[in-house]
Amino acid sequence: MSDTSLARKPARFRPATEESPAARRALIGVAFLGLGILAFAPLIAVFAEALADGIAASLRSLASPDARAAIRLTLTIAAISVPLNAIFGIAAAWFITKFDFRGKAFLITLIDLPFSVSPVVAGLCIMLMFGTNGLAGGWLATMGYPIVFAIPGIILATLFVTFPFVARELIPVMIEQGRSEEEAALTLGASGWRIFRTVTLPNIRWALLYGVLLCSARAMGEFGAVAVVSGKIRGQTATMPITIEMLYQEYLPVAAFSLAAVLALLALVTLLLKTVLEIRHADQLAATLRR
Amino acid sequence: MHIEIDEISKQFGTTAALHPVSLSLPSGALVALLGPSGSGKTTLLRILGGLEFPSSGRVLLDGQDATGLTVQERRAGFVFQSYALFRHMTVFDNIAYGLNARPRASRPPKAEIARRVTRLLELIQLPDIGARYPGQLSGGQRQRVALARALAIEPRMLLLDEPFGALDAKIRKELRQGLRDIHDTTGLTTIFVTHDQEEAMGLADLVVVMSMGRIEQIGKPQDIRSRPATPFVREFITA
Repeated sequence: MSDTSLARKPARFRPATEESPAARRALIGVAFLGLGILAFAPLIAVFAEALADGIAASLRSLASPDARAAIRLTLTIAAISVPLNAIFGIAAAWFITKFDFRGKAFLITLIDLPFSVSPVVAGLCIMLMFGTNGLAGGWLATMGYPIVFAIPGIILATLFVTFPFVARELIPVMIEQGRSEEEAALTLGASGWRIFRTVTLPNIRWALLYGVLLCSARAMGEFGAVAVVSGKIRGQTATMPITIEMLYQEYLPVAAFSLAAVLALLALVTLLLKTVLEIRHADQLAATLRR
Repeated sequence: MHIEIDEISKQFGTTAALHPVSLSLPSGALVALLGPSGSGKTTLLRILGGLEFPSSGRVLLDGQDATGLTVQERRAGFVFQSYALFRHMTVFDNIAYGLNARPRASRPPKAEIARRVTRLLELIQLPDIGARYPGQLSGGQRQRVALARALAIEPRMLLLDEPFGALDAKIRKELRQGLRDIHDTTGLTTIFVTHDQEEAMGLADLVVVMSMGRIEQIGKPQDIRSRPATPFVREFITA
């Protein structure tokens, strides 16, 4: 140990693990620049285009039967597929993290499949399975339950594409938390359902909320898979993203961007909701974090 | 309660965590399962608590076969290595958990639960921490809360997995006495797992030395010290 290193004091105090102020400013600047170019500017452009002919024209286009049907359909699809995928996601994460079994790694890969497979391919798979010439579709259609070019097909496509979100959020959290709290509850005499309700669910609720929000944003925004199976029947199976695309192709920019603005607003509302919940429950959030 | 372990073995895949071991623990004893990591002591404790099923053999509690009993039916107070307190619940709710989890018919009324939790908080000498969360407690306080939570279900035996493992030396000494006192007050058959021979010898009435899934020696601390049965025991207790 040399004394000189102790004697030489830094000119200004700063934590040893922190970067220099210049580096910090540069990093923060890059982050803001990237966000600005990639996120804020397009968002502002969408709203600007939507309001290009004034707010009245914009609202008039949104009030058209087709636009209203699209909004209704998209919200319905999200309201059905998000709860289903929340349940599937919890079940998958629970199964993967609380039990040991052969083929676990394979199951985790399978959960990620929708991330790596193009949504268009997923849509085509549904066509193959449930189309009128498909393995199950013909029979179901003659029974009076058409799948493709109808709402069930859109729900199937959305379920497939958004399946990983909840499970992906939950698995790392549940692995980190381990099984000991559940085991403790077992030794205290609690039943499986009670343990899930009183121990597991409260411990994962923030991850679950985050997964559900991502899942809903994607469920409302999904285009590729839905475009294949929906048949794009205006007023019936055209969701918001599909209607936006059709309006844009028909050179109706105000109508297209007005609907796009509503879709963006829906996503912003989910983000806002998450932030509000986080602020309101900050103390609980801090208490449940592992030290 | 008298605990009889009859030719218990445990396989994990192809590895044997426990070769058939037999053990008879007198009612009300304070027993240490002592051994290095991988000796099978925690596996044996978990089998007693019903958290693992043995590959073969039987567990007899007061002479009755308990091998097939579920964890919930076992009613063993279990203190986990890292305490496994429910971090989203207050200390009060943690301790009350086992009572609230009882079927409605045998669940005590709210006031009775509150009375029992208060009494347990006094027993662990932390009467004022009921409203706090586990994250706001020191390691020693957490260990005592875990103990109180295990005692709340009026267990038939008390099982502790490395109860002092995560604590520093000074607090270990204090809590050792605390466990001794609680054992003497409740009269529960108490079994704790440790790799620290000084802790086992200093606290337990009966020490079970284990190695590689086998029991090397069972005896009172002074007998093990004066007459180690195997070279392993001699080396381990002088280490």
